[in-house]
Amino acid sequence: MEKISIEGTPKTPTINFDIAKGFLEIKGRSIPENSIEFYKPLVDWLEKYAANPQSATNVNIQLEYFNTSSSKCILDVFKKLEAINKGGSAVVINWHYEEDDEDMLEAGEDYQAIINVPFKMVQVAE
Amino acid sequence: MMLDTYDFYDKMERNNIMLSFKGDITSELLTCILQIMESKLDNLQEEPKIKKKVYNVLVECLQNLYHHMDEVAPEQNDVLRSAIFMIGKLDNQYNIVTGNCIKKEKVEALKKRLEDINLLSKEELKEYYKAVLNNGEMSFKGGGGLGMIDIARKTGEKLNFNFSPVDDKFSFFSLNIKISQ
Repeated sequence: MEKISIEGTPKTPTINFDIAKGFLEIKGRSIPENSIEFYKPLVDWLEKYAANPQSATNVNIQLEYFNTSSSKCILDVFKKLEAINKGGSAVVINWHYEEDDEDMLEAGEDYQAIINVPFKMVQVAE
Repeated sequence: MMLDTYDFYDKMERNNIMLSFKGDITSELLTCILQIMESKLDNLQEEPKIKKKVYNVLVECLQNLYHHMDEVAPEQNDVLRSAIFMIGKLDNQYNIVTGNCIKKEKVEALKKRLEDINLLSKEELKEYYKAVLNNGEMSFKGGGGLGMIDIARKTGEKLNFNFSPVDDKFSFFSLNIKISQ
């Protein structure tokens, strides 16, 4: 399981996880009715990765929309990353938001306040 | 019974209804409604900021309906699985209306929850959201109780709701959400 990819749909995001590079990317939309089902494999992979992580783990989150059902699952993903960070891999979460999307910036700040991992807020053009 | 079509049309026209639906709320239906609304918002050339807010709130409103359908009548295919949804735009303000049947014994708790949310300031809503996100139990369906808090937070408006009696077992819960520019 060196590389894991899930292609995005109108309701679920694209996920790329390059284990050799310690790079995880979640982008697109995350608005499924049942998010637990969708996020469970990712949480499981992170669990496995945690046993033998790279020295640094870079995470890019670039979501256009996400629903409240996803917000809990994203928190679960971040909690796994928090454990990985504590376990010796330097984790950075790059939270992307579009220029005037204050709601998305605020959502990133909410996670930043809860999760003990360095966050970088990255503004992108629309 | 004869429906007065013009009366329906006239009411919808005066409220500038962009899309409405009554019936069973399925996952496929939600996908369609969201696609239609997204292209309508594009055609209106809304600012990305407004477009995103309307779309986000719409997702939460519709998914609330979807999750409550199963709660009321998991397997039946009858009037209880029927909900109403409307979205319109009047004077630069988007209005989203939803309505669905809920069990009478659930009315008080829901009413209390919504009233509590309505008492909170912007800053308090942010703190409450984070507390529920971090500590709240995820329901099996993945609802998690964040939807209403999120709607109140994103719209910056009080939740406008009403309960109407249906019969001895059910009440009709309606929610009217405003999104101003």
